[in-house]
Amino acid sequence: MPQANVKMTVRRINDSISVIDIQGDVSAFAEHALMDAYTQANTPPPRAFILNFTNLEYMNSSGIGLLVTLLIRVNRQKQRLLAYGLSEHYQHIFELTRLNEAISIYNSEAEAIAAGMA
Amino acid sequence: MDMTSSSPNESYDGQDSQDTNDVGDVRATDTTGTTETSTMPDAAQTSEVLETVQTVQTSGVIATPLSPRDAANWAEMVSTLRVAHMPSDAVSLNVEGRRVVGPLQGFGKMWQKTFWVRLSGVQVTPAEVITTWKEEFPTFWPKGNRFFKPLTGIAPGEVAVLSLKVGGGMRLSTGVLVLYADDESFTLMTPQGHVLAGWITFSAYEEDGATVAQAQLLIRANDPLYEIGLLMGGHRQENQFWIHTLSALAARFGVNGIVQTRQICIDPRLQWRQAGNIWQNAAVRTTIYTLGAPARWVRQLGRRGGNQL
Repeated sequence: MPQANVKMTVRRINDSISVIDIQGDVSAFAEHALMDAYTQANTPPPRAFILNFTNLEYMNSSGIGLLVTLLIRVNRQKQRLLAYGLSEHYQHIFELTRLNEAISIYNSEAEAIAAGMA
Repeated sequence: MDMTSSSPNESYDGQDSQDTNDVGDVRATDTTGTTETSTMPDAAQTSEVLETVQTVQTSGVIATPLSPRDAANWAEMVSTLRVAHMPSDAVSLNVEGRRVVGPLQGFGKMWQKTFWVRLSGVQVTPAEVITTWKEEFPTFWPKGNRFFKPLTGIAPGEVAVLSLKVGGGMRLSTGVLVLYADDESFTLMTPQGHVLAGWITFSAYEEDGATVAQAQLLIRANDPLYEIGLLMGGHRQENQFWIHTLSALAARFGVNGIVQTRQICIDPRLQWRQAGNIWQNAAVRTTIYTLGAPARWVRQLGRRGGNQL
């Protein structure tokens, strides 16, 4: 089984917002890293999570599936999931898989934070 | 629900936990490396920073590439599906012009179903398994179900037409988009009107010295009618479909493998705002199309006669 090639950093911006910086590959092997990051970002629970994809290098369909399961988990807690830093290529993938209909995409962290605070 | 239990490197010793949220005896047999946690202050933002580091490959360096490695593996963005070069008996009625739907656009409970089989005792790489699976995909299906493969094969962006047995002698004509394909996996995404909204990923990987072939579905019923159908035996029928498929794939490599199953209810809620999907229901439309066959035949006959006059 290949190892995960991903690094996730959690930043707490304020009481309402947690940012998860994703660096590397988002595939099935990133599941533990993503869920660990989510657990940390959710302590204590914020109103919104922001995924920073600026340093995303690779994502396959299993990675998209991980984001779906994360989204469901977040929505069940009445929280929101936002994203920024997606390249044009990954924005197309979000559109293709219709993930963009559930995860709002922003151009910058500042915009995402403002939306998360609203 | 323990979301971490859906890791591909876990095994479930029980039988199919059909229609329950309980995944039974799920046990983690491995983890992908170590997880380190540290806390450090961020003076610039005066915010708490928590860091989770998942083991990085031996290269140790993560560099941002100029173009994504997966660029060629994904389908091009399309608004609606187009079917090309299909045999005359392939009915594209419920595919042409349809949008694809992910698990977020469906109606029923969201399920993650994983079926896998170990190809023990044979020397075959994951890439070889996936090559064979792509090339001979329809041959592994249960009899009576047809998969009209695109001429160019299973490649990103291609559209295939399906004709499925749905019980009671009825058939369902629908299709799939090849959403993603690489050397060790490929993913099919369903269109509006299909029984399922979501995608199915077929993959192969090495584990403990053997190659494992896997099909993983992330799906929900597309509309209320299909949700009822799935609850009334449809889930069982679908599970049998994939168990048969993986058994046939293993047999192709000379392995009498035992297919293992894990089902997790990711979201037990029904999405009532998607109930209107029922207007696209491919089973209903296929039935109407089939019942209208004699009338179409008479009309064609009339046109032909008119042309001869």
